[in-house]
Amino acid sequence: MKVIKIEKSQWSQGLDNLRDAFRLFGPVIEKGFYDYRELAAGQAPDLSFQNTRLSPKSLVFPQSETMLNYSLDPADPERNIMKEAPKDYAPRAVIGLRPCDAKAMVLVKMNFDTEEYQDPYWLNLYNATTFVGLACDAPCGTCFCTSAGCGPYHEEGLDVLLTDRDDHYLAKALTDKGAQLLEKAGWTQAADADTIIEKAKQAAEAKVTSKIETDGLRAADTMALYNAGFWDDVAFACINCGTCTFSCPTCWCFDIQDEAYRTKGVRMRNWDSCMFPIFTVHTTGHNPRDTKTQRVRQRFMHKLKYFVDKYDQGIMCVGCGRCVRQCPVNIDIRKVSALMNALSVQARCAV
Amino acid sequence: MENPYLPYPVRIDDIVVESEDRNLKTFKFVFLNPDEEAKFAYKAGQFAELSIAGVGEIPIGIASSPVEKGFIKFTINKAGLVTSHLHNMKVGDIMGVRGPLGNWYPWETLEGKNILIVGGGFAFTTLRSSIIYLLDPANRKKFKNITVVYGARSPGMLLYKDELIAWEKRDDIDMHITVDGTSDPSWKYNVGFVPPITEQKAPQGDADSYAIVCGPPIMIKFTQPVLEKLGYDHDHIILSLENRMKCGIGMCGRCGIGRELVCKDGPVFTLAQINRTPREY
Repeated sequence: MKVIKIEKSQWSQGLDNLRDAFRLFGPVIEKGFYDYRELAAGQAPDLSFQNTRLSPKSLVFPQSETMLNYSLDPADPERNIMKEAPKDYAPRAVIGLRPCDAKAMVLVKMNFDTEEYQDPYWLNLYNATTFVGLACDAPCGTCFCTSAGCGPYHEEGLDVLLTDRDDHYLAKALTDKGAQLLEKAGWTQAADADTIIEKAKQAAEAKVTSKIETDGLRAADTMALYNAGFWDDVAFACINCGTCTFSCPTCWCFDIQDEAYRTKGVRMRNWDSCMFPIFTVHTTGHNPRDTKTQRVRQRFMHKLKYFVDKYDQGIMCVGCGRCVRQCPVNIDIRKVSALMNALSVQARCAV
Repeated sequence: MENPYLPYPVRIDDIVVESEDRNLKTFKFVFLNPDEEAKFAYKAGQFAELSIAGVGEIPIGIASSPVEKGFIKFTINKAGLVTSHLHNMKVGDIMGVRGPLGNWYPWETLEGKNILIVGGGFAFTTLRSSIIYLLDPANRKKFKNITVVYGARSPGMLLYKDELIAWEKRDDIDMHITVDGTSDPSWKYNVGFVPPITEQKAPQGDADSYAIVCGPPIMIKFTQPVLEKLGYDHDHIILSLENRMKCGIGMCGRCGIGRELVCKDGPVFTLAQINRTPREY
C-alpha cells in the first residue's frame, strides 16, 4: 500500500484540484460543535476536531430522503403511479472521517446490501463516495474503539487513511478509489513511512484506555439475557429521547411516509428510533414494546446480542462514545455490556 | 440496481364484500404491465405491501394462489388509515403492489405429509392461497391427507363462503367449518370455537403430520395445547406472525423480534423457532 507525503503547504491546492472532480464534505465547526457539512469553494475541512457531535451517517443516509414521487392530478393518466425521484450521485469525497465512523458504515452496509435486496438510495450514495479518513492521535476519554472492533488507525471502510504529522500528512491509499483521489489532488510524493505510521498507531491505541466487555456475548443464551433481571434498573433513568439513536453511527432504523399536497406527492424515508413509544405500535393499538424497559432492552440487545447472533461480526457498536457523552441521563453502553457479559458467563447457550 | 421500494402499478379489477359488517373486502388486482406479473411470482404464505400513493403502505397476506393466473387477490380488514382509504376505492382505480415478500409455508417439507390447517377469522387469507394450491390437480397427489378447521365469529363473518362450501363437498379434503355461535336455524356446519372443534375433528399428529395455524392471537393461544395433546411436535406446528412493518424487505428495523425480522425471516415460523424468540410481536 502506497504511502504519500502531503506537505501542509500543498493541502489547499490539492483540495481545490479535488473540487473539479468531487463534491467535498468534511468537519466544520458550527455554533461550537463540529459536524460534517458540504464544503464551500475555498473552505477547508476543520481537522482540529476530536470527533463530530453527530455521526457522519447522514452523508450516505440523509435524515429525510425522498424515494419516490407521484402525481395525484385526476387529469393525469399517470396519476397514482409511483416513480423514482431524481437523484444526484455525482462523485463526492469525505475528507476527515474518523476510523470508528468508517467502520460503522461497513457495519451498516450489511443491513442495506443483502443477497435478496439492495437499498439503492444508501448504496448509490455509498458507492459514489470516496472516504478519506483521519487517524486519531488524541482519542477522547469516552472512546472505546479498540475493544469495539476498530481503533484509532483502523482501515476498514476507508479509501485513504491520513495521519497528521504536524507539518505534513502521511496518506495511505487503501483502495483504488483512494489512490485515484490522491492522484487527482496532485498529492503524489511517495514516502517510506510504514514504521512511522505503525509507531503512531500503537501510541494512539495505548491511549484508548476505556473498554467495553463483550467476550462472553457471542456464546450467551439469548433468552437468558432477554429475561435478565437488570433491565428495569438499566431502563429506569431513560427518557426515550432518542439522542442515542440520533447520534449513533450504527443506528439505521427508518420510517416511510407519504406526503402529498394537492396534485403532487412524495414517498420519503425519515430516521426513526426504537426508543420512541410508537415505533412498534400496530393499527389495532397493540404495542409489543409499550413499556420503556422493553424499548431500552431492545436497543441494547440489538446492538450487543441480536446483531452478534445474526452476523457473527462482533457488536453493532464502534466505540465512538457519542451516546455516552450525550445521553442526558448518563446511561452508558459500556456498563450495560458489562452487565450482559457478566450474566453470559453464567448462562452459556444450552443448545 | 433494482429498487425494492418501487411498487408495481395495479388496477382494481373487482371488489367483493366478504363479511356482513362490510369491514372485510377482497380486492382483485391486475398488473398494468404484464411482465411485472411474472416478476411477482409468489408462493402460498407470502405477503405483499399494498401501496396507495399519498396515503401509505400496508403489509397484507396474499389470498390468491400461485396457480391462479392473471390477477392477485387480497382480503383486507378496514382498520386504519390506508385500509380505510382502500375500502373507499373503486373498480378501475390504480394503486401499487410491492412483493412478493417474506418466506412461505414450507411446501417442500410438506410433500408426502399429512397437513392440518387451522384458521380463524380473517387470518384465513394465506390459508386460502394454500388450499387452492394443494387442491390443484398438478399438486394434490404430492400431499397426503388434508384437514382444515376454519372458524369465524358468525356465518356472516366467514371469508370465501362459496369456496368453503365447495371444499366441504370434496372428498380429497376434510373440511370443517365452524362458527362461535349462530341463531341461524339453517346453519348446517359446526358450532364451537376453533380450538375445541380442532380437538374433536383433527387427526393425530405424528412424524408425517404438520399443522399450519393462522389466526388471532387468542385462537393460537388455545389451539396450541390442543395440538400438543394430539401429538404435534413444536417443529411440526407452523405459524404465520404479524408485526408492524414499513419496508417489508428487512431494512428499516421495525418488525424485528430478536435476531429475526418478521418481514424477511418470516412471517412463517415454526413454534419451535418462536419459543426461542422474544415475544415482541
